[in-house]
Amino acid sequence: MKIEKKRSDLFIMAIFTIVILSMPVWLSPLGANYPDLLQKFAIFGIFAIGYNILFGLTGYLSFGHAIFIGVGSYTAVWSFKLLSMNVLPAIVFGTLFAGIIAALVGYVSLRRSGIYFSILTLAFAQMFYNLAYSVLTPLTNGETGLTIAAGDPRVLDRLFSDVATGGGLPSTELFGISMSGYSGFYFTAVLLILAFFISLKIFNSPFGLKLKAIKSNQHRMKYTGYNTRPYLVTAFIISGMFAGLAGSLMAVTDPLAGAERMQWTASGEVVLMTILGGVGTLYGPLLGVAIIKYLENIFSAVNEATLHGFFSFLPQWLNDTMVVVVSPFVGEGWHLTLGLMFMIVVIFLPGGVTEGFQKIKNRFTKNKEQEKLKQGGE
Amino acid sequence: MSESVLKISNVNKTFGGLKALTDINLNIEKGKVHAIIGPNGAGKSTLLNVIIGLLEPDTGEVLFDNKDVIGKQAHEINQMGLVRVFQTPEIFTDLSLLENVMIPALAKRDGSFKFKIFRDLADEKDIMNEAVDILASIGMEDKMHNMSGSMSRGDKRRLELAMCLIQHPKLLLLDEPTAGMARHDTNQTIELLKKIKEGGMTKIIIEHDMHVVFSVADTISVLARGKIIATGTPDEIKGNPIVQEAYLGGGE
Repeated sequence: MKIEKKRSDLFIMAIFTIVILSMPVWLSPLGANYPDLLQKFAIFGIFAIGYNILFGLTGYLSFGHAIFIGVGSYTAVWSFKLLSMNVLPAIVFGTLFAGIIAALVGYVSLRRSGIYFSILTLAFAQMFYNLAYSVLTPLTNGETGLTIAAGDPRVLDRLFSDVATGGGLPSTELFGISMSGYSGFYFTAVLLILAFFISLKIFNSPFGLKLKAIKSNQHRMKYTGYNTRPYLVTAFIISGMFAGLAGSLMAVTDPLAGAERMQWTASGEVVLMTILGGVGTLYGPLLGVAIIKYLENIFSAVNEATLHGFFSFLPQWLNDTMVVVVSPFVGEGWHLTLGLMFMIVVIFLPGGVTEGFQKIKNRFTKNKEQEKLKQGGE
Repeated sequence: MSESVLKISNVNKTFGGLKALTDINLNIEKGKVHAIIGPNGAGKSTLLNVIIGLLEPDTGEVLFDNKDVIGKQAHEINQMGLVRVFQTPEIFTDLSLLENVMIPALAKRDGSFKFKIFRDLADEKDIMNEAVDILASIGMEDKMHNMSGSMSRGDKRRLELAMCLIQHPKLLLLDEPTAGMARHDTNQTIELLKKIKEGGMTKIIIEHDMHVVFSVADTISVLARGKIIATGTPDEIKGNPIVQEAYLGGGE
């Protein structure tokens, strides 16, 4: 009996690692090789990979994952304030605490499925936003946002060194390496690679198959002997922890946390990224992140002057018209472009960009097969 | 008298003022194929739902393998060894045939929940061999990497049966296994049922198609207006005047 066995995990991981770590090199022709943007890619990559474990594998559409971004950020900033400017405790606590909150939110929301689940997560998102914005002001510093201050205790830092804190604000570091610029990116990139590895393992494991089966037919799953709720709660917690990690990494880049990070629109963004790239596929969410973050970077930087420059080859009256037509879609209005792009993808490629690649690949292989057939016939 | 797998005693169920089941007593013996037949509205579905723990009867007791099934959840009933085939085939249409049969095999081995991600599915050799064997037994091993969603209804039914059989159930419950099938698919399903009958697995078949029942059942119980009016071998049932009046004479 022939059973195909894929032993390509190592290969996939090797390629992935090379691609991610060499991003500063191969993105330079696109003008996207500066550390801030790269770090943003990596952070949202972690967020989307985690989100895909829930939405992609089980089909449960959550609008509440910004909660865990927020929880991760606040926890990380508190870790910077109370413990140390070292980023390790910050991301560990950020991830764990987000996991605990995810267990709570998931346990309650997963009592329902489909649209009711989505609405419950939306309700949670709104509640947590309000908690952060006003109710828990002592913890979150309300609308101003939580920041570090020179006078913070930082117990661990003071224990191991007696650095005078008279100067400016300290910056985040990893055992003395500053977490800004490229070192910050590489730190995030290593975590992204780790996150991708975990996601790959889940996709290939019996656990992942069971999650896919729940998406396919939950009723059958129950009558096949599976208690589906613990599976869903576990997937929810894992994706919540990925979001928590992403949130704490945002605080690593810039040690402040604000309530706006928890708005449900932030959860909506990760839904867009996942669907645009290809929901339920291993690489799709990352592609979605790259496309959205890169285009956001380009389109939001464009203003009317750049547009006039761009259309300068046209006669003046046409130039002006074009600028009037196009300008709502750039700069502040870049979300209009995003919306259009999203509509086009969902209507013509419901499986996302990944499905597009697959279609192109199929066309090529089909052509080859037909050629073979022709040659065989001659 | 041989050992009984399922014992239903004095079960009554009323919906509003309507008596759906009246004093049901049934003994399903080990290794036998027991058919429950009856015209539409006789209470077959209600009885089925009581057996799988979905409906709680007003009075009475349902013991499976000497354990109470009333109030148990679907996955618990399955883990006890009572496995169910649905009226419309319920399979995982987005997954391959191989994956469809691996999932129940994993449930049998690992129980209702297991979180283990650092072992690939591809390394589960035993489960995979078992799955390939069962697919071979229904003649589908060459299609095992195909998606199951595009198969014909008869093929889906056969796949669903394979998914149930891989769990080696103590009792297999078939709810109208040939409902809505074309003649050809019905015959194919009957052949398959006959084949697995030889394995000595205990089965309950709920059915209204006489043709199916008489060719595969050891014992038949006839349900009419919520009561069991007769139980016996296929020949006894065929010759029973009460049954003929209540069922056979009326319709077909």
